[in-house]
Amino acid sequence: MSTILIKSARVLGGEPADILVRDGVIAEVGPAAGKAGAAETIDATGLIALPGLVDLHTHLREPGREDAETVETGTQAAARGGYTAVHAMANTSPVADTAGVVEQVWRLGQEYGHCDVQPVGAVTSGLEGRQLAELGAMADSAARVRVFSDDGKCVSDAVLMRRALEYVKAFDGVVAQHAQEPRLTEGAQVNEGEVSGRLGLTGWPAVAEEAIIARDCLLAAHVGSRLHVCHVSTAGSVEIIRWAKSKGWDVTAEVTPHHLLLTDACVERSPAGPYNPIYKVNPPLRTNEDVLALREALADGTIDCVATDHAPHPVEDKETEWAAAAMGMIGLETALSVVQEAMVDTGLLDWAGVADRMSYRPARIGRLSGHGSPLEAGAAANITLYDPSVRTEVNPAAMVSKSRNTPYEGMTLPGRVVATLLRGRPTVLEGKLV
Amino acid sequence: MKRHLISAGDLTRDDALLVLDTAEELARVSERSIKKLPTLRGRTVVNLFYEDSTRTRISFEAAAKRLSADVINFSAKGSSVSKGESLKDTALTLEAMGADAVVIRHAASGAPHRLATWVRGSVVNAGDGTHEHPTQALLDAFSMRRRMGRIEGLKVAIVGDVLHSRVARSNVLLLHALGAEVTLVAPPTLLPVAVDSWPCQVSYDLDAVLPKSDVVMMLRVQLERMNDAYFPSAREYSRRYGLDRERFGRLHDDAIVMHPGPMNRGMEISAEVADSPRSTIVEQVANGVTVRMAVLYLLLSGSEPAIGGDL
Repeated sequence: MSTILIKSARVLGGEPADILVRDGVIAEVGPAAGKAGAAETIDATGLIALPGLVDLHTHLREPGREDAETVETGTQAAARGGYTAVHAMANTSPVADTAGVVEQVWRLGQEYGHCDVQPVGAVTSGLEGRQLAELGAMADSAARVRVFSDDGKCVSDAVLMRRALEYVKAFDGVVAQHAQEPRLTEGAQVNEGEVSGRLGLTGWPAVAEEAIIARDCLLAAHVGSRLHVCHVSTAGSVEIIRWAKSKGWDVTAEVTPHHLLLTDACVERSPAGPYNPIYKVNPPLRTNEDVLALREALADGTIDCVATDHAPHPVEDKETEWAAAAMGMIGLETALSVVQEAMVDTGLLDWAGVADRMSYRPARIGRLSGHGSPLEAGAAANITLYDPSVRTEVNPAAMVSKSRNTPYEGMTLPGRVVATLLRGRPTVLEGKLV
Repeated sequence: MKRHLISAGDLTRDDALLVLDTAEELARVSERSIKKLPTLRGRTVVNLFYEDSTRTRISFEAAAKRLSADVINFSAKGSSVSKGESLKDTALTLEAMGADAVVIRHAASGAPHRLATWVRGSVVNAGDGTHEHPTQALLDAFSMRRRMGRIEGLKVAIVGDVLHSRVARSNVLLLHALGAEVTLVAPPTLLPVAVDSWPCQVSYDLDAVLPKSDVVMMLRVQLERMNDAYFPSAREYSRRYGLDRERFGRLHDDAIVMHPGPMNRGMEISAEVADSPRSTIVEQVANGVTVRMAVLYLLLSGSEPAIGGDL
């Protein structure tokens, strides 16, 4: 019987309490919990205890691009960021469109043990947007896939999207849509607006996201299915999702940390000069108005959760001219800090809200059992201990992700994940991997 | 320290006037039978051209040679670039060879900015994607000032594919700094969505703008834009936005017509207009060498560059 006593943690930012963990399960929470003897003690004075974070949107790159990230390094980064479960996106090589590939990824996650890896299955074979992948086989596999996404590409064909939404109802699945009308975004490089006009970069108009979201909400309502919208990036998208939710439709949405903090102004002005591809991401960084609308939507629950869209790329894919660079930025190790900066320190969200948006809700959307439960007796001991009082400069070299493409280099961000426990077993202690 | 010329927006009014005045002085050299000055002897200028542009490349080459610089032409075709060498590796190679200035033409907007983070020498933007072409704007301003005697207060219409035009972007920035009043004229499809944030006027109606214009600058329109539905047909474009003899007649008598070249005769400009005495098109080419001499001279000759911007 193994026991760990977490002393004086502020559960969801509340009054200090002790958390007694026994055999991977929370045995007791409260001032009295400390009286029982424990083999190991973690002093959590001044630290906030959150339920282990759950990411609905992670690119682990394995199989296929092990030069950018592996299941091992990606889950290490996740643990360092306070995550106990991540959803691994399907756009690997080969694509995660069969039971075989999703089981392989799932097993690698189990083997390394830094955090649970829940594979996402492709909606269409090879992400080609032509034929449904064997969604049922992936759902029935050992990986128990419930989230399906062609992320990186939009399921733009309306009939195919309708069928996918209908089909996944059989196993309570959800289609997570990368909303990007392909014709409106051919060659698109940055948000279409003042910055794209000045910089002479092909614009990625907000309407290309919003039109697909509107269509998909209507389709989901029509067939009575569940839709999840990936990386919402515009104020207009927020309004459409708010409207769909007001109708009682089963639509959920995520926002990335970078869309909560950064704008397309970064493309024009940054410490390393304009056109720095570290800011190239899809969907692109938008305007300040969009950022404020996204924050408000996350605060009021219109947007259900924060998802990192952690997208590792090797140096050579970013040290290029803008148009040639890969799209995406890493985010697992900075997500909680960015959310504190954008949401908590601005007074928009309290720590209970953070727990809801970064753990409870993403776990529920992904139908993930054993994650996203309140820190109460009987729950799996997935716990993140976080120190919100420190501020540190982001140093890419100190990260454990295999890639270094963080847009926050040199920025000072609040907070630090001190410890992460996965079913009672520390994966991170003193901010370092165990 | 200022050492690059990447955007016309990097130039203050005084910087721009210094280039134009220096170009005036250098123009006198071009009129001599021996056109060479020893100013940049021992300095190396690399022309790094990722896009075919014979006219711009030879213009820079002539400018550098008239200042006695050593010129290396590095063309993407038939070099390591076509074998997939990255811009960064090419930059490091040029750096190792001791290039004092790199003149870059590239299909990607922003490539000169990236290059400037990898080389110590001066970077001169000779056209990057659909972003800017600052020396074109300088030679246009120089040509205008020579013909009209001033730039301040001139009414300049820039007509055509503004959305994809690096010439238009640089001209708007530079002419604004120099006090001209710019009006962009184009079908709405060929204007950036946020063009109202630019320091200029915008019109869809060429006929309304022409009588009020002192300078009409026609931009090249690429026929392939038609396939992307920017306009229905070449004929319709020409009817609505082409400068033909009839429209030319509506200009006031002192107004001039410019074109950065290469022209589509019969599309955006008719042959009679292009060849008229009020067209500056051939002068623009000659002035290009002079203005580029001034830019290279000001960036490279002193211990401190006299114009341009850091990143």
